[in-house]
Amino acid sequence: MANISTLNSTAAGFDAVSPQVAGPSGRKPRKVLSRRNIILYGLLIVAALYYLLPLYVMIVTSMKGMPEIRMGNIFSPPLEITFEPWAKAWASACTGLNCDGLSRGFWNSVRILVPSVLVSIAVASVSGYALANWRFKGSELFFSILIVGAFIPYQVMIYPIVIILRELGIYGTLTGLVIVHTIFGMPILTLLFRNYFTSLPEELFKAARIDGAGFWQIYFRIMLPMALPIFVVAMILQVTGIWNDFLFGVVFTRPDSYPMTVQLNNIVNSVQGVKEYNVNMAATLLTGAVPLIVYFVSGRLFVRGIAAGAVKG
Amino acid sequence: MTLRSSAGRPSQLFRNLNSKVALIPMMLVALVVFLGGTIWTVVYSFTRSGLLPRLSFVGLDQYERLWAAPRWIISIQNLAIYGILSLIFSLVIGFVLAALMDQKIRFENTFRTIFLYPFALSFIVTGLVWQWILNPEFGVQSIVRSLGWSTFEFDPLYNSDIVIYGILIAGLWQGTGLVMCLMLAGLRGIDEDIWKASRVDGIPMWKTYVLIIIPMMRPVFITTLVLIASGIVKVYDLVVAQTSGGPGIASEVPAKYVYDYMFQAQNLGQGFAASTMMLLTVAIIIIPWAYLEFGGKKRG
Repeated sequence: MANISTLNSTAAGFDAVSPQVAGPSGRKPRKVLSRRNIILYGLLIVAALYYLLPLYVMIVTSMKGMPEIRMGNIFSPPLEITFEPWAKAWASACTGLNCDGLSRGFWNSVRILVPSVLVSIAVASVSGYALANWRFKGSELFFSILIVGAFIPYQVMIYPIVIILRELGIYGTLTGLVIVHTIFGMPILTLLFRNYFTSLPEELFKAARIDGAGFWQIYFRIMLPMALPIFVVAMILQVTGIWNDFLFGVVFTRPDSYPMTVQLNNIVNSVQGVKEYNVNMAATLLTGAVPLIVYFVSGRLFVRGIAAGAVKG
Repeated sequence: MTLRSSAGRPSQLFRNLNSKVALIPMMLVALVVFLGGTIWTVVYSFTRSGLLPRLSFVGLDQYERLWAAPRWIISIQNLAIYGILSLIFSLVIGFVLAALMDQKIRFENTFRTIFLYPFALSFIVTGLVWQWILNPEFGVQSIVRSLGWSTFEFDPLYNSDIVIYGILIAGLWQGTGLVMCLMLAGLRGIDEDIWKASRVDGIPMWKTYVLIIIPMMRPVFITTLVLIASGIVKVYDLVVAQTSGGPGIASEVPAKYVYDYMFQAQNLGQGFAASTMMLLTVAIIIIPWAYLEFGGKKRG
């Protein structure tokens, strides 16, 4: 019964062309293979294949040997599965003089990622909390500047930041890069936290105030535990964003501490030597693996994160 | 209560002191980096800065040189072609996919996951994959040829006339999932009664979309437009990974011009002038939008 009624409502949703008005007993259930369904699912499947194609090509290419790549076409599945390209991409692919593979870039990225995510979220959550619950004269103005700043191309602000970091003596260091990620993550994260804290009932905050709790006490005892879902969203946003960053990695680090994306680009687009497409694709997949895992594990939260984080462009 | 706060507190400055201390990082970023940094770059774009920034003003010289440089003209043309086409295509594809997804289909989550996963990948990864797929020796071109159409030519990454379209294909692959998601959220926000009313009146579905739903979704479209547009201006990594600006300078973009002049050619003045032009482009997109969106009513 429930099944039929859902089918009816599904059908009723689209049969706008038909002038008939459904009787009280409802229309007869639609067949699964109606023309409308064939077209609808056909289009969706074709689109899905287009989106999946590059991932498929990456995977099959990374498992072929070079002779097979030269012979066959890029869409055919590997005749002989080999994981050698993966091993080579990870441990011995060359960028310039270094031949220790992407593993170096991976660990650099991890070293960049962990402090950047923690610091940027800590700063932004406190800022969002202060903006939502402890407004003072001018706080909204600063916030507006911050949000407008999110639209300014990074290229406009990069050089002044280079100068500031150089003056502080931390240009080219990990600390410097963490600060840069904190700065550019700030607009969107602050917005995220401010909106979340504003949406919480005010009575909660007032009750805590009457009980004598101060700024930090309310933050740690009440707001922080209530905001855990939004912390997860912020984390997803930052982990994928910082892992995928290229520009800041190039500008603000030295070659021996380049993040994975930069090193990947150097490996694949290096002009010397024979091109090893299978190693390149294995390296590309390895670099994409972290955000992809975050994406597939987080599911709906990721969608929520990017809906908010789309501002980052 | 009012009496105490007006008489008891010594100074306005120390009210909410904790909050002010906590917001110091944000205020510094807003004032020093975003506002200060932007003004700094704009001011220095009028100077003769070379290897190091220095304050010797030369008026609009840098801008004249910029607009006389063939590489900059090509960058701007590429940005215009890439920008306009990717706006049109991502809005159309995004909306059509969202409309298809909105038909109460089965496996909605699976489809959404598939359409959106490229957005989780970086532009570097995107660029490198499409570089491989569009490789004329092994990729699409060679496959179509091996199917018997031996004169088939599709080598965007090696043909300077169409290289920007090769980048467009990759950019659309990466970004349309996001547009689809935003559009789908917009479609879900439309009242079910609208659909019922149009069905009672016997209006065909496509007509309902074009004449009723899309006009109702105007805010969603405008927000999406602004988001895509301000992302397009920044396009950099994709080009670096896919073509490095080549063949020759055929696929250069403004963001790459800025980077190369600032950090490689040691010609800071050009870099500043070019980045100021980028700022101007974004301002042209953002200001009318902000005016429409927030003009009249107060923010907060």
